[in-house]
Amino acid sequence: MAVSLMQGNEAIGWGALAAGCRFFAGYPITPSTEIAEMLSRELPKVGGTFIQMEDEIASMAAIIGASVGGLKAMTATSGPGFSLMQENLGYAAMTEVPCVIVNVQRLGPSTGRATAGSQGDVMQARWGTHGDHPIIAISPTSVRQSFDLTIKAFNLSEQYRTPVILLTEAIIGHMREPVDLPEFETLEVVERVVTSSPDEYVPFSNEMGDVPPLAGFGQGYRYHITGLFHDQMGFPTQRLDEINPWLERVNNKLNNHLDEIVMVEEDIQEDATVAIVAYGASARSARHALKVARSQGHRASMLTLLTIWPFPEVQVEKLGERVERVIVPEMNLGQLALEVERMVGRRKVVRVNRADGEMVTPQMILDAIEG
Amino acid sequence: MISSLADRIEISLVGKGGQGMILAGMILAEAASIYDHKNTVQTQTYGPEARGGASKSEVVISSGEIDHPEVINADILVALSQEACDKYSPGMKEDSLSILDEENIDCTPATPFVRVPITRLALETTGRVITANTVALGVLVGLTEVVSRQSIEKAVLARAPRGTRQLNRSALLKGFEAAEALKMHT
Repeated sequence: MAVSLMQGNEAIGWGALAAGCRFFAGYPITPSTEIAEMLSRELPKVGGTFIQMEDEIASMAAIIGASVGGLKAMTATSGPGFSLMQENLGYAAMTEVPCVIVNVQRLGPSTGRATAGSQGDVMQARWGTHGDHPIIAISPTSVRQSFDLTIKAFNLSEQYRTPVILLTEAIIGHMREPVDLPEFETLEVVERVVTSSPDEYVPFSNEMGDVPPLAGFGQGYRYHITGLFHDQMGFPTQRLDEINPWLERVNNKLNNHLDEIVMVEEDIQEDATVAIVAYGASARSARHALKVARSQGHRASMLTLLTIWPFPEVQVEKLGERVERVIVPEMNLGQLALEVERMVGRRKVVRVNRADGEMVTPQMILDAIEG
Repeated sequence: MISSLADRIEISLVGKGGQGMILAGMILAEAASIYDHKNTVQTQTYGPEARGGASKSEVVISSGEIDHPEVINADILVALSQEACDKYSPGMKEDSLSILDEENIDCTPATPFVRVPITRLALETTGRVITANTVALGVLVGLTEVVSRQSIEKAVLARAPRGTRQLNRSALLKGFEAAEALKMHT
């Protein structure tokens, strides 16, 4: 294409279109609204559907319905809306319906500071809905990555029949950078494939590997969908010999494929004694601090987490073994730091936090590197 | 200094919500990236109100990779309102330059500054106060050459709504002219 100055939120919209998203339902909320705005303009051009719903509960319900009907579907919101989506997010996990939820984080709790960024929804992305459930959350650090990771979000969602959360924030979402997007036809996109005939189709089979294929409603396939624990045909069950295999399969379907799901960027110095683990906008501040620190003679490594959930346990643990201190900058009061502490031990972790809606500054991280 | 990585130039454009400083930042960033082919990041900060309040657009330009996307210690500040100037002028580099709208701003920053009647020039040139952001871009580029004059002109015209190209062009040229006049006096 050609270079254009693009906003992170716009890039998410283009990424969705490139991934084959043909349904968006949402309710406008700062700082996510540009996504709905651009998709309301662009989706009809490719035969897609855009609906502004009455609220975020309905938005989440609508994208689940669209996805079961056979379309790739997405919604976009921010903190207060993300809270409202939690119940139906659990329903999507329970019914194994692929969908993408973009959360452009803003400062909370509650209405908070609507136009300011935050990384305060990290734990909500993992545990916001009740019960043990699989979830994928990924977090871009640039405008181009907002495009790439939106496509990845759809691909992972389709491949593993799971809701995927694109966890970005007002900083990256509202930031503009020059990008030259690739031709959409050249991109790798995962499509649903159902090989069994309607007569032999088992929508929640435990015998077809970790992820049974999803057939669209209204396409000749008849089955039941419920948020209750269900048997392999989707009908409610109380039988423990049906509940336990489901629990095992569904909660392992991500764990068994971490190689494909967990994405990190490593910048390792062999003899470094200190390392930074960062994600999203904070990774941008951290990279700046890292370069300044190295220019001053410090030896330091950095691990950028593009996948937040499932947490990159192996990568963080390995990094922790090589250094004395691990710095975790976050635009919250310490959320993903808890996971880093779990992997490398509490004593090694230096938290650098800020939860007033402003970015962690490179100076704050540099101070931590200098100890 | 922590902001002095490679040839990083940090610019803040500030004003009241509605004065078009975020758009000015976008246009400057487009001039730098699309037409001058430099690495550029533009960010913005604004309040919940649609009009009024302090509004800020930041542009970072570098030939190297830009990591931290926001201004750390600004090299250049363009301010169109008192509140925004008070809020955003602290933290400027010592050898920075502030360009202040003469009639709207009545303070003396500790760092180097010039006063230009940006809003009045806009009104006199185009009859529309709303073109003050384009005049400001002309003054900024005329004084600092942070992007080329050709590039800022292309970027302004590419963003100008239909029927306002000539209007915006004259506003930009008036800004260049004001910059030249200032240079003559210093």
